[in-house]
Amino acid sequence: MASRLMALWEWFDARMPSVAEEWRKHASEYYAPKNFNFWYYFGVLSMLVLAIQIVSGIFLTMNYKPDAGLAFGSVEFIMRDVPGGWIIRYIHSTGGSAFFVVVYLHMFRALLYGSHREPRELIWIFGVLIYLTLMAEAFLGYLLPWGQMSYWGAQVIVNLFAVVPYIGPDLALWIRGDYVVSDATLNRFFALHVIALPLVLLGLVVAHILALHDVGSNNPDGVEIKKHKDARGRPLDGIPFHPYYTVKDTVGAVVFLAIFCVVMFFTPEVGGYFLEHNNFIPADPLKTPDHIAPLWYFTPYYSILRAVPPLFNSQFPGVLAMGIAVLILFFLPWLDRSPVKSIRYRGAYYKIALALFVAAFLVLGYLGIEKTTVWGQFAAAEGSLMDRMLDTKDRATWVARVCTVLYFAFFILMPWYTARDKVKPVPDRVTM
Amino acid sequence: MSVARLRALLAALLWAPATLLAAEAGHPLDRAPIEPRDLVSLQAGARTFVNYCLNCHGAQYMRYNRLTDLGLSEAQIRDNLMFAADKVGETMKVAMSVKDGKAWFGVPPPDLSVIARSRGADWLYTYLRTFHRDDKTASGWNNKVFPNVAMPHALWTLQREQAAVQYDRTVRDLVNFLVYLGEPAALQRKSIGIVVLFVLGVLFVLAYAMKKAFWKDIR
Repeated sequence: MASRLMALWEWFDARMPSVAEEWRKHASEYYAPKNFNFWYYFGVLSMLVLAIQIVSGIFLTMNYKPDAGLAFGSVEFIMRDVPGGWIIRYIHSTGGSAFFVVVYLHMFRALLYGSHREPRELIWIFGVLIYLTLMAEAFLGYLLPWGQMSYWGAQVIVNLFAVVPYIGPDLALWIRGDYVVSDATLNRFFALHVIALPLVLLGLVVAHILALHDVGSNNPDGVEIKKHKDARGRPLDGIPFHPYYTVKDTVGAVVFLAIFCVVMFFTPEVGGYFLEHNNFIPADPLKTPDHIAPLWYFTPYYSILRAVPPLFNSQFPGVLAMGIAVLILFFLPWLDRSPVKSIRYRGAYYKIALALFVAAFLVLGYLGIEKTTVWGQFAAAEGSLMDRMLDTKDRATWVARVCTVLYFAFFILMPWYTARDKVKPVPDRVTM
Repeated sequence: MSVARLRALLAALLWAPATLLAAEAGHPLDRAPIEPRDLVSLQAGARTFVNYCLNCHGAQYMRYNRLTDLGLSEAQIRDNLMFAADKVGETMKVAMSVKDGKAWFGVPPPDLSVIARSRGADWLYTYLRTFHRDDKTASGWNNKVFPNVAMPHALWTLQREQAAVQYDRTVRDLVNFLVYLGEPAALQRKSIGIVVLFVLGVLFVLAYAMKKAFWKDIR
């Protein structure tokens, strides 16, 4: 049997040697630094979630009806009548949030160890493109259950495009395919969600990994392992990705799946964070919910949108700020002027800046879920100086404004504080 | 910041969605003492549901024969719970049309299939126990959790006939059933989850041993 299989493989290999070649290039002879730590699991976990989403999505598509009159019911049909349907649906809904958890941690890893720095700028750019596509994919998919939050969330986001000067209203109309979010919108969002954006995502992931394997992986010390090679040209501090990291990542994947399963089997709604309560009310175009909040992974940006005051009665500044908040990520490799990559050898300035940035991001995320009145209002007497100075007395809005400034300051001041930071000497080789 | 305020802030951060649900009307919600595994309670709730709710509200995504989950046979379901359908495989639709509902109540009574998932058990439990007489409303009833609600007090005969403790129990059973109705797979979900986690636990031990074996000479 074994020899028959060997013979079959040799037959195959003789006709298509590129399979073995690619395997060597990307796995068995791809040398990765031996000192990867906890933070290095989230890249492979992102790919795992992508695979989970594609497979569960295919099965959902078999039973889901992209029709304004049927969509909500078809989801309940999946939850009740389709054998195993509820498992597939919860895998997909948990996977949506899990995707952002692992991607945010993966991006944070880059900030920790300087993985976006030269010569890995292209990897970072592909990564930000993946993040942008993922945001679009999540937004489009969220309309499909056709609940109240699906409907009004889509309405709010599409209306953001309407505030763009001159072309805004036409742009929003073109996206919706109608004057309000409707069956036409649902159909096109379905098409984009199940085929167009997944194709883009897959292409970008391939580009991200090819770019990574061309220059080689960074590591927690931020030193280049290719500087020290043995006689056969292999990095001294590198180990073949397969089998070393395939077995290590298997352990990480099992732990991740266990956490994933705790969520999907025991608390799939996560208290309204993964599946919002109001989304169990069918979409009603005539009834605006009194509180519209996006899912948790968009709330930091939603907070920024709400925090920026309107100018000349236009919400455009807020929309612009929200857009820039995401797009500014592209420039990160060039904003960072530090001579070292890893946080292990950086000085206090960067550590403080990163801590403030993370805190601001989390506070913005929390505030984006809540109403702006969540922390009450400043006491200011009618007609007093404070009353006339403040455009809003909601404490939460002011906290969000401070956090918005911190968010942007992290990027805008980066060339200044990274260049002046007192860095420690970087070792020549990686440390374990 | 005092310890009490810090604690309140922490609680707000941790339980934000729960308070979001409760904050709507401002009336404090009682905790619903529901027991999702109590089949007697679920069956009692199903009986109250088909007798008192299903006349105006439907549960159009739920099939009658699914109630076998509650330890009932199809014959028992047909004889005791099916007043508005012919076949046991039908969904719990309501005879009243949306148009009539709108004409009679101002708003069509909502479908209750997933009402427990949007409102939460505590809201339903408090809502069904806080109806009171109010001459200013069209129905003559008002509610503390949902002020000026269009729905009259459908359970008022029960509340009149039963002692307060007994009525609370009736509502508890009904809410228990509504929670089941919102997600019939919930119980099954947890028991499958335990098996899956056990399998992953075994897999973890194997994967970890394999990693240790491969990595023993990397330093």
